[in-house]
Amino acid sequence: MPKLHWEDFFAGQVVECGPLEVSAEEIKAFAAAFDPQPMHLDEAAACATMMGGLCASGWHTCAMMMRMVADGLVLDSSSMGATGCPEVKWLAPVRPGDRLRVRVEVLDTRPSKSRPEMGFVNARFDTLNAHGVRVMTLTSHLMFGRRPPASAADGPRAAAP
Amino acid sequence: MRYFEDMRVGERADLGSHTFTADEIKAFARRYDPQRFHVDEAAAARTHFGALCASGWHTAAVFMRHFVEAEQRDAEALRAGGETPAQAGPSPGIRDLRWPRPVYAGDTISFVREVTELRAQTTRPGWGLVVGRNTGTNQDGALVLAFFGAKFVQRRDTRDGGRS
Repeated sequence: MPKLHWEDFFAGQVVECGPLEVSAEEIKAFAAAFDPQPMHLDEAAACATMMGGLCASGWHTCAMMMRMVADGLVLDSSSMGATGCPEVKWLAPVRPGDRLRVRVEVLDTRPSKSRPEMGFVNARFDTLNAHGVRVMTLTSHLMFGRRPPASAADGPRAAAP
Repeated sequence: MRYFEDMRVGERADLGSHTFTADEIKAFARRYDPQRFHVDEAAAARTHFGALCASGWHTAAVFMRHFVEAEQRDAEALRAGGETPAQAGPSPGIRDLRWPRPVYAGDTISFVREVTELRAQTTRPGWGLVVGRNTGTNQDGALVLAFFGAKFVQRRDTRDGGRS
């Protein structure tokens, strides 16, 4: 059974995920497959763009954030996916050599009205570089399975003073 | 790509379609989103999804490739007419990204872009901001991806002095 269920999340909870090193090769490989613009593909061409040098596709940053959150939080959980992201902001370029990490803050949780086996966790995901600069921030509604009734008393919420 | 002045609110572009194979769904997911319903058919069959399905980030990334390829076709058309295409600017972000239904292996998703807003005045001289509603729809007509994307686009009237 996974470690984390919907009952394990609470407003104000903070989870740190990562780090992940970004290489020029990976920036270019993702861009060649999904976002073949000069600023993501080639150092020299990127210098002539508004970005002033090679930087990761914003979708690549989303994907890297997902990987860090998967390893740090989601894979050992009853995750049922996500319905979407009300807002995604790309705040600063992600450059080759950057070391990224993700700070997840739970904003609120609520049970599903229509599906008693699951609940929602609304969270903010800030992706930061090694200088502590936020390169991306997004909010997302995640879905998690509820803890099976037999072990409900083992949850941190039930054990809290 | 085209210049800011060449775009109109309400214009709609079919960006083409893509059939998601099980192999590419798993390859993307192993690298970026290795949840069981994205990497393993048998495990996915036991989840609420019922079958292997693509990471939502994969669906969005494939949309982006179609979007950029359409911009490249626009650039070629400008070059063919003897004009220098506009520079592509970055995106400050997106709003209301939704994955209303899963993209299953074998699904063919058609992508569409509609311009919803043109903001001439931005913090970057020489550039306008274009906002569009972007969607992906499967072969049964069901929406699988929707978001409002924003992107800086070079202005025709300042293209010589837009960058310093």
